[in-house]
Amino acid sequence: MSFSKVSRRGVMKTGAATGVALAAPTLFTGAVWADGHTGFTNAPGDSSVTLGFNVPQTGAYADEGADELRAYQLAVQHLNGEGDGGMLNTFSERNLDGTGILGRRVEFVTGDTQTNSDAARASARSMIERDGAIMITGGSSSGVAVAVQGLCQDAGVIFMAGLTHANDTTGKDRRANGFRHFFNTEMTGSALAPILEGLYGSDRRAYHLTADYNWGWSQERSIRTYTENLGWETVNSVLTPVGAGDFSSYLTPVANSGADVLILNHYGGDMVNSLTQAVQFGLRDMQANGKDFAVVVPLFSRLMAQGAGSAIANIHGSTNWHWSLPDEGSQAFTRSFGTAYGFPPSQAAHTCYVQTLLYADAVTRAGSFNPCAVVEALEGFEFDGLGNGPTLYRAEDHQCFKDVLVVRGKENPDNEYDLLEIVEVTARDQVTYAVDHPDFVEGQLGSCNPGA
Amino acid sequence: MLGLNAKDARLYIIVLVMLIFAPFFLNPFPETSGLAQFNAGYPDMMQRLVIFGLFAVGFNILFGLTGYLSFGHAAFLGVGSYAGVWMFKLLTMNVLPALIVSTIAAGLFSLLIGYISLRRSGIYFSILTLAFAQMCYSLAYSVLTPITGGETGLQLALDDPRIIGTQQTAEGNIPVPHLFGLPMNSNTTLDLGAWSFTFSVGYYFAAVIFALAFYFTIRLFRSPFGLMLRAVKSNQSRMSYTGLNARPYTLAAFVISGMFAGLAGGLMVSMDPLAGAERMLWTASGEVVLMTILGGVGTLIGPILGAGVITYLEAIVSTINSTILHEWFSGLPDGLENFMVNILYPFVGKGWHLTLGLVFMTVVIFLPGGIVEGGRRIYGLFSRKRRQSDATPPNAAAQPGPGE
Repeated sequence: MSFSKVSRRGVMKTGAATGVALAAPTLFTGAVWADGHTGFTNAPGDSSVTLGFNVPQTGAYADEGADELRAYQLAVQHLNGEGDGGMLNTFSERNLDGTGILGRRVEFVTGDTQTNSDAARASARSMIERDGAIMITGGSSSGVAVAVQGLCQDAGVIFMAGLTHANDTTGKDRRANGFRHFFNTEMTGSALAPILEGLYGSDRRAYHLTADYNWGWSQERSIRTYTENLGWETVNSVLTPVGAGDFSSYLTPVANSGADVLILNHYGGDMVNSLTQAVQFGLRDMQANGKDFAVVVPLFSRLMAQGAGSAIANIHGSTNWHWSLPDEGSQAFTRSFGTAYGFPPSQAAHTCYVQTLLYADAVTRAGSFNPCAVVEALEGFEFDGLGNGPTLYRAEDHQCFKDVLVVRGKENPDNEYDLLEIVEVTARDQVTYAVDHPDFVEGQLGSCNPGA
Repeated sequence: MLGLNAKDARLYIIVLVMLIFAPFFLNPFPETSGLAQFNAGYPDMMQRLVIFGLFAVGFNILFGLTGYLSFGHAAFLGVGSYAGVWMFKLLTMNVLPALIVSTIAAGLFSLLIGYISLRRSGIYFSILTLAFAQMCYSLAYSVLTPITGGETGLQLALDDPRIIGTQQTAEGNIPVPHLFGLPMNSNTTLDLGAWSFTFSVGYYFAAVIFALAFYFTIRLFRSPFGLMLRAVKSNQSRMSYTGLNARPYTLAAFVISGMFAGLAGGLMVSMDPLAGAERMLWTASGEVVLMTILGGVGTLIGPILGAGVITYLEAIVSTINSTILHEWFSGLPDGLENFMVNILYPFVGKGWHLTLGLVFMTVVIFLPGGIVEGGRRIYGLFSRKRRQSDATPPNAAAQPGPGE
């Protein structure tokens, strides 16, 4: 066999190989092999349906991710009729009866977003392409939420955002296939501003430390807008990398900057580290401009409070949900979560659990897994009994509108979980903003995409 | 054939066959079996295998031939990715302009970095490239955020201009990357009994690009230019004593391998139009070094194999969670089941790096020449046996002639 000369046989062989290579992608496009798809991506079979839980298992938000996964597992159990049913019993819609979704048993796959847009998209793609997930949910970072939401829009599956707080998720980067139950920085600003005014007055100088990605920018922008309207002055704002670990070099200049309020636009492990270090530096015992120095954490969570220990005493912030809420839904969820895992759920766990239930309910009401049917069922949907009081999924931007909690770190917590006390429940009307709010107006939903 | 000698032609045909039939090879387990977990025949995975293969093959042109170990190659991948997404944003969603601009942008960028870094060799060269790559990463992550999107990554938006393509689809969505109207994300599934094979347009497009690039690489390896590069590796001083200036050769190799990386970056965004700064991080640069060493430095097929193994481990092992482990060992008694799960758990899921580390150590300690050396040893083992057994019967088959 010699390849040095062009032979008739060689040409034919090469030709055939090239032909197959070129034809392969188009060879099977015929309807002959159509496999029961009914007009949308990953149509589930008759016995089971697969959901994709894409959460951070490593990195600065790993604690939130672990808690989200617990909540998802609980939600799947409840949907499949195992356990005590949790919020299925308090949900204002009574369509979910523990027989899975539309009679199909709920199965799930998990992935690690690594709080990294690239990795999160790769993980979500493998769930959609390999595991046939019909819906992707989870995440604890707005950067990731926006990235995965865009992917789900292109792939034609529903994205039920987990913990994502930046305005962009339902603002600039909103997509028709994406839905967010969690609140956003605009709502945090409008809920927190009156409380901050009451506590610290209207003549303050603020110093921002901001996580350097879309959530941090959004958070800083909202808080700046609202505090500057109060008459506060912003002395400086410094961007810090996500997962920095050590914030001492960012905190050192704060004391001599002429600021008397430090606003930490951090979350997860970053907030634990920066807040602990700020307290260790003695910022809270300091006087500046003749006032007591104050620290504000706009987005607070019980998990972070646990990590930061005594540093959280008397620090104010906002949160989406807290397990100590007295309503029936919150209590039912806290009870079943506590029974399963031995401690109360975090706000991340709550929003993920609720999102799964809302999706299951929307599919049931629509009578179809088709993303477009689900979108229609969720748009303008008004519900109650899931822990936040009456809630609306607004049709124009796929954002939930509900009460926002302003919380404070307890000075003398009774136990290791009872760390936050609710200062005020800001009513839904007060945090509702217009669809054409300047921070949100750039975005366009596009239209729902059912995929293949 | 095509100006290749018999051995190279055979290798090239093997690679072509692997590329064409990858959807079958990579999906050996039926959908319903528990082993389906190990199937890698889904579009994202196949595209990744080919793209990282391309990246590693390009890296090997520099590292394998000249011996210059660059620790900053991910920077070129990143530059290619950003250039590609910008083409999608500004010009059109057709992938060809994006790929061309990605390759050129990475080429120019590597010319700049190579021109400076190649003034030193050995460890100093490695450190220089590493420093440049980290600089690029920091720039992309927090300085040039209007161009790179920072942590969030550079993404497409509905209101991007896309001056010569469609700005939005009729339904008001962002159009998907396509090749003259053939969308990259479309695919067809063939169900054969319990097996299901997916043929993706994006994969076959990437495979064609890879096949062309690999052909170029073989020709380059066998060319006088390739010989010069090998001379740089074996003894640069001797080369300069004979009156040859090594710098233009090494710079050319650096730029070519940077362009390969840029092309890989462009392909990455063609499959999934988002560019994140993380793909420029030093760990990404380290990964391509690992791929090349794991497969076999300086060999043609080695980097492809190394890229395959690492990409596969990352994608498959990292998605195994404790529930799946419990399913595997559910046949065992409870105590034993938990014991096995606890033993294996650190090596799967987020601990997949541990598995990678073990594989890498094993290969480097026992097979310093990488997987290719392993293959040669096995082949040697069998062919020696055959020769011995061939020697006994009198009518032994003729040994293959040298021309074969």
